[in-house]
Amino acid sequence: MSEHILSIIWLTPLVGMIAVMCLPKESKDLIRYVANGFAVLGLLVTIPMIRAFDSSNGDFQLVERHDWIPALGAQYYLGVDGFGYLMILLTVVVGWLSILCSWSSIQERVKEYYAFFLFLQAGMLGVFMVLDVFLFYVFWEIMLVPMYFIIGIWGGGRRLYAAIKFFLYTLAGSVLMLLGILKLYFDHFEQFGHYSFALEDLLRVAAYTGPDTQFWLFWAFFIAFAVKVPMFPFHTWLPDAHTEAPTAGSVILAGILLKMGLYGLVRFAMPLFPKGATDELTVQLVALLSIVGIIYGALVSLMQSDWKRLVAYSSVSHLGFCTLGLIALNPNGIAGGMLQGVNHGLSTPLLFLAVGIVYDQRHTREIADYGGLANRMPVYTVLFAISLFASMGMPGLNGFIGEFTILRGAYEVSIWWAGFAVLGIVLGAAYLLWLFQRVMLGPITNPKNENVKDMNLREIIVMAPLVAGCFWIGLYPKPCFEILEAPTNKLVERLDPGYFSRNAAEPADESVQLSRLLPAETPASE
Amino acid sequence: MMDAISFTLSDFHVLKPAIVLCLFGCGILLTDAFLVRRIGQRWLNAVTALVGEAVVAAVLLQYLPDVRSAGSLTGLGGSIVVDGFGVFFNIIFMLAAALAVILSARYMEAEGEQRGEYYALILFAQAGMSIMATGHDLVVLFVALETMALSFYVMVGFLRDSKRSNEAAMKYLILGAFSSGLLAYGFSVLYGISGSTSLAAIGEAIADRPALDWIMILALITTSVGLFFKIAAAPFHMWAPDVYEGAPTPTTAYVSVASKAASFALMIRLFVTAYGSVAEAWVPLLAIVAVATMTIGNLAAVTQSNLKRLLAYSSVAHAGYMLLGLVAFSATGLRGIAIYLLAYVFMNFGAFALIAALRRDGEAAEELDDLNGLFGRAPGYTILMAIFMLSLTGIPPLAGFYGKYYIFLALLGEGYYILAVFAALYVAVSAYYYFRVIRACWLGEAAERPASLDMNLGTRTALVASGVLTVLIGILPQRFIDLAGESVLAALR
Repeated sequence: MSEHILSIIWLTPLVGMIAVMCLPKESKDLIRYVANGFAVLGLLVTIPMIRAFDSSNGDFQLVERHDWIPALGAQYYLGVDGFGYLMILLTVVVGWLSILCSWSSIQERVKEYYAFFLFLQAGMLGVFMVLDVFLFYVFWEIMLVPMYFIIGIWGGGRRLYAAIKFFLYTLAGSVLMLLGILKLYFDHFEQFGHYSFALEDLLRVAAYTGPDTQFWLFWAFFIAFAVKVPMFPFHTWLPDAHTEAPTAGSVILAGILLKMGLYGLVRFAMPLFPKGATDELTVQLVALLSIVGIIYGALVSLMQSDWKRLVAYSSVSHLGFCTLGLIALNPNGIAGGMLQGVNHGLSTPLLFLAVGIVYDQRHTREIADYGGLANRMPVYTVLFAISLFASMGMPGLNGFIGEFTILRGAYEVSIWWAGFAVLGIVLGAAYLLWLFQRVMLGPITNPKNENVKDMNLREIIVMAPLVAGCFWIGLYPKPCFEILEAPTNKLVERLDPGYFSRNAAEPADESVQLSRLLPAETPASE
Repeated sequence: MMDAISFTLSDFHVLKPAIVLCLFGCGILLTDAFLVRRIGQRWLNAVTALVGEAVVAAVLLQYLPDVRSAGSLTGLGGSIVVDGFGVFFNIIFMLAAALAVILSARYMEAEGEQRGEYYALILFAQAGMSIMATGHDLVVLFVALETMALSFYVMVGFLRDSKRSNEAAMKYLILGAFSSGLLAYGFSVLYGISGSTSLAAIGEAIADRPALDWIMILALITTSVGLFFKIAAAPFHMWAPDVYEGAPTPTTAYVSVASKAASFALMIRLFVTAYGSVAEAWVPLLAIVAVATMTIGNLAAVTQSNLKRLLAYSSVAHAGYMLLGLVAFSATGLRGIAIYLLAYVFMNFGAFALIAALRRDGEAAEELDDLNGLFGRAPGYTILMAIFMLSLTGIPPLAGFYGKYYIFLALLGEGYYILAVFAALYVAVSAYYYFRVIRACWLGEAAERPASLDMNLGTRTALVASGVLTVLIGILPQRFIDLAGESVLAALR
């Protein structure tokens, strides 16, 4: 059982998809129960993984390995380390919630909807656990297809445009990555005389290739991941896709899909091409694009009159922090970047869910159509405020921990990086608080808002785990840092051999012990 | 000369597929005239043709162990060599012909042109292709090519009452004859250079020549252009959209898959065996043509509103990818072409099978808009259509991916990075028009009088089998890759 646990995790939603496809399309409620059942089951089957996972071990765990296509050297090769482990947990939780939150908002083509959603879930889980680059590419591509349909069929007014734009952007990035993969695979063959796509085999190639090759290969991978993250200037698909997607689609896009870009960077692009990732030009360029993304995303968010689009652009800004952290190439930056990825995966879905709740009642996303909702929706107001604060980086909530760690990492590299990032935080507070003021506070100016209903129990259940997660990471981030520590240290050591021995002179292994990074003023940090 | 006249058992052995096909073709003509027409059940001709395909399949299976142990079987004084390459391509022709027969049974009935001659022509064309893949002699190859082409000219114009079908046939005939003329001219120059019609002897003669002179370039260009016409490579692709649109849909599928495969077989044979020593001369030429072909095919397909035209341009684009496999001129590249063609049989036939079945009030419905809302009426087949389109795009893990995979790998292995980037980015362009088809099926609003699928058991089987194989080759490609690899090694030997 335990040696197949990862397979079981990604196959559970796939079995769910087949089960949903076998049901008659008229019995909508039955389909909903079955789909939700499989979503909960998907959550439960991770329990053995949680029990078996050892966060002090930096190697891949729960490994499963079989030959798949011997002619190519492609294997069915699964395993997790801290990065993948956190992402899998995030995926099963956010995936479950997005399936739950679709209960009443999806009324048409229910069967296909849940089938696609479960298919998407299987694909995303696969991405986070494969250790064979060929299989990774398969999961990476295949997952675009259900997302295309989810946006295209159940999305808003410009859904067709948004869906194909999403697809083409990501595909264009991925095929470049495919070329990078094949080149690497070919180089491996030249060096070692046998074909293999296994990550550990390909990692050995880096010692034999020069900085130029690694630079180009890094960028071939990087563009694919940068489109997904999305990083300025590859972000233009995001506002359309997020805005037009149905609520659950936006939740999945923001919560999980964007994280694939980050995950791809730390799992593949950076360790496979250490000389490419640490190249001066790469570092400066990525940092510049991240900072531009942070500021630009925030400024554009300030200008939005569409609520959902505002949240979408805020993702560009927030993900800029994550990539800035990663490219700082030090333990604080990388762990902070990945943690902030998780944080964004908790808080942005909350914001999208909040939009969805009022959108289902009023069918408008214009901020100007709202105002004074706090008078009618007290529970909603509280939860929305918590989401905003989490997103904004309020101490005590998760966003703060992530941003703080990233800032530390960035500061170690350059005070300018940290300075610009702080400006981004200020702007972030501005657009989020201003949004809150415009939709929640003041008197009700639009009579249509007189009759809005507060959240029902299901909606509260959907939001509660995410809110709990925000508080948990905000108040007690130690477990997350512990999980991230081993793989982060391994990655840093690979990128910059001798990093830890050089910095060992610093007092009390501060930079190694990420779990001690907590700011002193945060309560319950011990 | 005495050798060539006496016909031995081994000569018979290497010609078996062609002989079987011709016999069954003539048999269909005879039984149709004297028997089937009387009973009025003319779909029985299709059954006869399928029996013929089964016999061909048996012959090919019989070849396999011999070819594996002996390397190749030679007959007719070296004019025909059955090797792994020939058998592999014959398998492709056999699959394509069988699928064409199955689809035609329903389609020609609905069009009111159900006749025996049509099925006989399918088999005759296949006989020509069979020898195109095994021939090693210019004269034999040319006769085989013309056997295929003449059969296709008639099949394309088989809908006698349809103006478009007639126009397509006329266009195909004139341009096809022109290209055959060029090819024949090129062959004559090759004969002049070497004094032999055998490919191996020509190859040696070319290798022994001191340098690349104008006469060699003349031979190279005329033969290449002749073949570019046949595979519909730009700028000689103009016939393809019109012919694909006008021809009966099963014929379109057959032409697009089998004629392309056969022409590639001839092309690989000619370029590897005869022109192998002057690769530096034709590689740039092919590279330019390949990029032009991908560009024109992909960009023109984007704006098409007719499904058959869209797939015609898509097929032009695919020819560009396959040419890149030849540009790389390595075992990997040729394996890519072989895998690509095998996958192409299933994904392309699958797509055409669905279009062939699409009808509104008995009229063939071939516009993109006719697919609108098809999901509501036939969800299962729409899923298959999506699979074919994704496979044509090259999304893993579907069959079409592996062709592109090997071709990219070959390009990178030989250091053609820019070409690889071009080819890769055109995948994203092609996704746009393949997704127009998917979008119409899944997201389009059904019209007032929607087109529906008119199927019989055969069409259903063909569709499902194509879909299953597209997925199967994708998920478990090992056997198919091995088969293609063996075939290519034989060609390079």
